[in-house]
Amino acid sequence: MPASPALEISGLVKRYGSRAVVDGIDLVALPGQVTAVLGPNGAGKTTTIECCEGLRQPDGGTVRVLGLDPVGDARELRPRVGVMLQDGGLPTAIKAREMLAHVATMYAEPRDTAELSERLGIDSFGGTTVRRLSGGQRQRLALAAAVIGKPELVFLDEPSAGMDPQSRHAVWDLVRELRDDGVAVVLTTHLMDEAEDLADHVVVIDHGTVIASGTVPSLVSSSDDRTLRFESTPGLRLGDLLGLTVTEPTPGAYTVVGNVGPSTVATLTAWLADRDALVTRLTVGRRTLEDVFLDLTGRSLR
Amino acid sequence: MSTRSSAGAAPAPRRVLAQTGFEARAILRNGEQLLVTIIVPVLVLVGLTKATGLTFDTDGMSRVDFFTPGVLALAIMTSSFTSQAIASAFDRRNGVLRLLSTTPLGRGGLLAGKILGVLAVEVVQVVVITTTALVLGWQPNRAGLLLAVVAVVLGTAAFTSLALLVAGTLRAEAVLAVANLVLLLLAVAGGVIVPADRLPGPMAHIALLLPSGALGDAMRETLWHGSLPAWSVVVLVGWTAALGWGASRLFRWH
Repeated sequence: MPASPALEISGLVKRYGSRAVVDGIDLVALPGQVTAVLGPNGAGKTTTIECCEGLRQPDGGTVRVLGLDPVGDARELRPRVGVMLQDGGLPTAIKAREMLAHVATMYAEPRDTAELSERLGIDSFGGTTVRRLSGGQRQRLALAAAVIGKPELVFLDEPSAGMDPQSRHAVWDLVRELRDDGVAVVLTTHLMDEAEDLADHVVVIDHGTVIASGTVPSLVSSSDDRTLRFESTPGLRLGDLLGLTVTEPTPGAYTVVGNVGPSTVATLTAWLADRDALVTRLTVGRRTLEDVFLDLTGRSLR
Repeated sequence: MSTRSSAGAAPAPRRVLAQTGFEARAILRNGEQLLVTIIVPVLVLVGLTKATGLTFDTDGMSRVDFFTPGVLALAIMTSSFTSQAIASAFDRRNGVLRLLSTTPLGRGGLLAGKILGVLAVEVVQVVVITTTALVLGWQPNRAGLLLAVVAVVLGTAAFTSLALLVAGTLRAEAVLAVANLVLLLLAVAGGVIVPADRLPGPMAHIALLLPSGALGDAMRETLWHGSLPAWSVVVLVGWTAALGWGASRLFRWH
């Protein structure tokens, strides 16, 4: 029997004024899985999550958190759902250690604060006031506060923003452990490697709607799932030499997408040799989540 | 289904008590808050009592007897209004209110903790100011002590409602300015330290309708004559109802 969803969103709509920031989102997150919500800035990720946390009242659609209504059943849900806000939400005037201990007092049987502090490296700055912490330290403290109550479902809004690589891996390890314990983890991110390494399920959101969803492998592998990248003399005109789409995103750096095979590479290098163009770099690989993401959401800055 | 089950929330009284201590410590540990809530009222009391060259008709009372009730009223305003408004406004801006409201504490527990935290700070204020006044020779009307506590609670309700209304609707920087400015204006011309009927011109009548004037009069009447004026009660309850209604309707968590 499949596990019943920890989070079930259908047709969610949230408007700010007349503008629909979230415009009909469907999303399901299961226990024991990491669900990553990907999207560019302003896509509606945080608003969606805040509707699930009971912090915003939806204008349309339904949200079910552990089978309950996040606003109407908030009292029952609060002990069972952990939240890490994007802006932290930490009081600034107290010491890190006191902050975590304070949140722990809200729960009947919280996690061991000492063990959690050690795991996330909070010990090293436990006596420092929150105001003086670095961005990455605050993020780790906020994550600790989100999981101190042994939640069944945690919402992590951009958990590793501003973190150094060591902190990020400590956070990822903790997220994996939560998942293995059967916790449903819902995280928003725009770090592709984070989604690719952590997520069992990815939902890509843009302009308030879901534009793709599935496992990472299912998203990155389509029929033409190889990418050939090479660097050489700028401004080469390959025409339909390879029978594949060739682009030159930056001068001298080319991308070939499609059914790239051994003969493709041979044809290309021979053609370049004829023109006395040296290849300084050539890679063939599967598409990354970033490729998929940029294809879906476009490359223009917003 | 997941086999894990959450242990659940701590009992509500423990949550609220924890938040109360948290709020009170945050105020008492903050240098600026301590200055506004404790040091300024004490300095005002000592200044008004000891300053030479100050002529003031004290109705035949000693200066410390005349001014202590008003200074207590001023202190109540600093903790329940100025300090609470500023702390809540910055907590709101920094997402602290939203984060704590997602824990088992919830919005109701957060509000209760804030109000009880103010009362805890007020206990400290009253102890410090009363001790100072007694050292200066203060002789309050003992029959009015309990009624003075009632006045303090009514005043706290009105000014905490105002604090939450301001903190929940304005930007944090604006609250910082407004909360201090309003305190200063009310302290000087709102019938707090100087009784409303001694104020010049129309302020003598206007101050009677303000929560500051009502609180000031309530403190003076109870600690001078041992009776709580009904008019002050009506004014404070009225302001609490109006401001509380406004705060509950207009408070924005984001």
